[in-house]
Amino acid sequence: MLFYKLFKDKDGRKVGFVQANEACIEAALLAGMRFFAGYPITPSSEMASVSSEKLPMYGGKFIQMEDEIAAMTAVCGASMAGLKAMTATSGPGFSLKQEAIGYAAMNEIPCVIVNVQRAGPSTGLPTQVSQGDVMQARWGTHGDHPIIVLSPSTVVETADLTFDAFNLAEKYRTPVILLMDETLAHMREKITLPAENELKLVERKRATVPPSDYRSFDTRFGDVPPFEPYGGKYHFHITGLTHDEMGFPIVEPDDVVKAMDRIHRKINNNLDDIVKVKQFQTDDAEILLVSFGTPVRTCLGAMEIGRKEGLKIGVLQLQTIWPFPDKAVLNLAKKIGKIFVVELNMGQIINEVQRASQGKSNIKGINKYDGLFISPEEILGHIIESKG
Amino acid sequence: MENIIHDYLRPKKSFPHVWCPGCGDGIVLNAMVRAIHSLGKSKDEVVFVSGIGCSSRAPAYTDFSSLHGIHGRALPFATGIKLANPKLTVVVFSGDGDALAIGGNHFIHACRRNIDITVVVIDNNIYGMTGGQASPTMPTGAYGATAPYGNLDRPFDVCKLAAAAGANYVARATAFQFFQLEKCIKEGIEKKGFSVIEAVTPCPSLYSFFNNTGRGVDMLKKLRDRAVTTQKAATLSPAELEDKIVTGVFANENFREYCAGYAELVEKAERSKKNEESL
Repeated sequence: MLFYKLFKDKDGRKVGFVQANEACIEAALLAGMRFFAGYPITPSSEMASVSSEKLPMYGGKFIQMEDEIAAMTAVCGASMAGLKAMTATSGPGFSLKQEAIGYAAMNEIPCVIVNVQRAGPSTGLPTQVSQGDVMQARWGTHGDHPIIVLSPSTVVETADLTFDAFNLAEKYRTPVILLMDETLAHMREKITLPAENELKLVERKRATVPPSDYRSFDTRFGDVPPFEPYGGKYHFHITGLTHDEMGFPIVEPDDVVKAMDRIHRKINNNLDDIVKVKQFQTDDAEILLVSFGTPVRTCLGAMEIGRKEGLKIGVLQLQTIWPFPDKAVLNLAKKIGKIFVVELNMGQIINEVQRASQGKSNIKGINKYDGLFISPEEILGHIIESKG
Repeated sequence: MENIIHDYLRPKKSFPHVWCPGCGDGIVLNAMVRAIHSLGKSKDEVVFVSGIGCSSRAPAYTDFSSLHGIHGRALPFATGIKLANPKLTVVVFSGDGDALAIGGNHFIHACRRNIDITVVVIDNNIYGMTGGQASPTMPTGAYGATAPYGNLDRPFDVCKLAAAAGANYVARATAFQFFQLEKCIKEGIEKKGFSVIEAVTPCPSLYSFFNNTGRGVDMLKKLRDRAVTTQKAATLSPAELEDKIVTGVFANENFREYCAGYAELVEKAERSKKNEESL
């Protein structure tokens, strides 16, 4: 049962007044997502519902698994069988999925994981907003691992970053996490989805060598190994054990370092392609608000009101939060003496802002973790208070 | 008996394998390879999936495409693969700990879902790879690294569990009964729906270390002596059955298979899509 309707405009673009949860799945379908495994959890459940209704219409597969772990694991299996695959969850479910996310990172399995953040720890406030999973998104699974995390602030941006998430997953053979939050998930805004001929979609690179020469993690063609799905002439092995190019276990220290370095290098050498930020009125700003996700909207409101009152506020929005946008933060920290980091948690991304800004700016946190959304007045209050 | 195993071993994989002398895992792998061979399946259409544990190392050794997954999750990996591409023949190796403790929830739900996957539960009654801890099939009173005073827990009956949970095909054989085991695996793969074959195997390293059950050959002989058919079991008293391993087929049903059900669902969805496109 869908609670929204899309209409086609004169250019063939689908238009609708939808929640971000719905926009995410509509965009994912356009991006070529053909497998969704899920488990019911507030506040992401609409994604599973929409997928269950729409995927069979698109030749895709939806499955409700017996638990969160199974959903993430099935996504890994389906992606290895060649489908663009995703799952969606929230805090407790995101915790459960972590081991399988590590498996996807280790075996370079393209997939998208949506985490609609709600307040924690534990069951927390299931229906209320938070951004408490910033560090979990980066370090939730054990061991050093590469990961890409994107965080949208509007319904339109949810669709845009969903396209990016699938493209990055395919291009770099990596799990990508879309970090949303409860406020955004259930907010309705107008979206216009791109027509099919306007989409710029990336598909995973396929093998060009004959089957006898295929390697599961071939490094001869760059840091991202060509992919072949299960079912065909290419027979290969994958394992969560630290492995060589053939996918077989290794323990030789030099080989381990080589394998670890490569899976990190494929991300770290492409930061200009992966890391996205947006700047608002930073040219003449004397105060910088750094934020990500839904609170960016509040920052823009505070900027608008503050400027009318003579406060030269600018906003830096981190659309990509991992890898962290070091360069953008440092450049602005050099220019702007005061930085406020706005986040709906007790202070997580602020540590990264402090690290990246190398002491060039005075940094304070504006934190809210009472389950409610933040208002422009609250942000302005903190700014004025700190002026003394 | 024609030796075909070498045609199925991975050419580039360096042996030896990880299994101890006298282990039953190689016997079960041989039975599975022969079952697949006798069905005339091409290597291209088979995917061999496993979790973690001694038996779960098997997929690395054969020349099928394979996935060595994470502990307990072989079945959801396999489910993702099978549903994504229902043309594939998906076979799973899982140990008693992997399938029934950490993966127990997946096991019963895979049975309930009745998706066309064949899982061989290699049951040696102990966690071998981690040093001999008590498993969900360890007999009450047996000893292990975490059962120094004898196991308190009662063992699962894998076959009763699978049949009750709705699997289409459920059978048991011991590693001693090689041809029966091969036949069961073959029937399991041929059956549309979820198939469970419990292969009871010896662990002469760790089970024997804690329980003094002798070497591999001794343990195989014991399996031979303990095995009774379902027909024979029907004539025995509970006391007579106490130490017996009942072998044979425990379920042979034809409930609707999951991927087939999904195909029917697609037809309904396509009718809805026509409505959507008429916007």
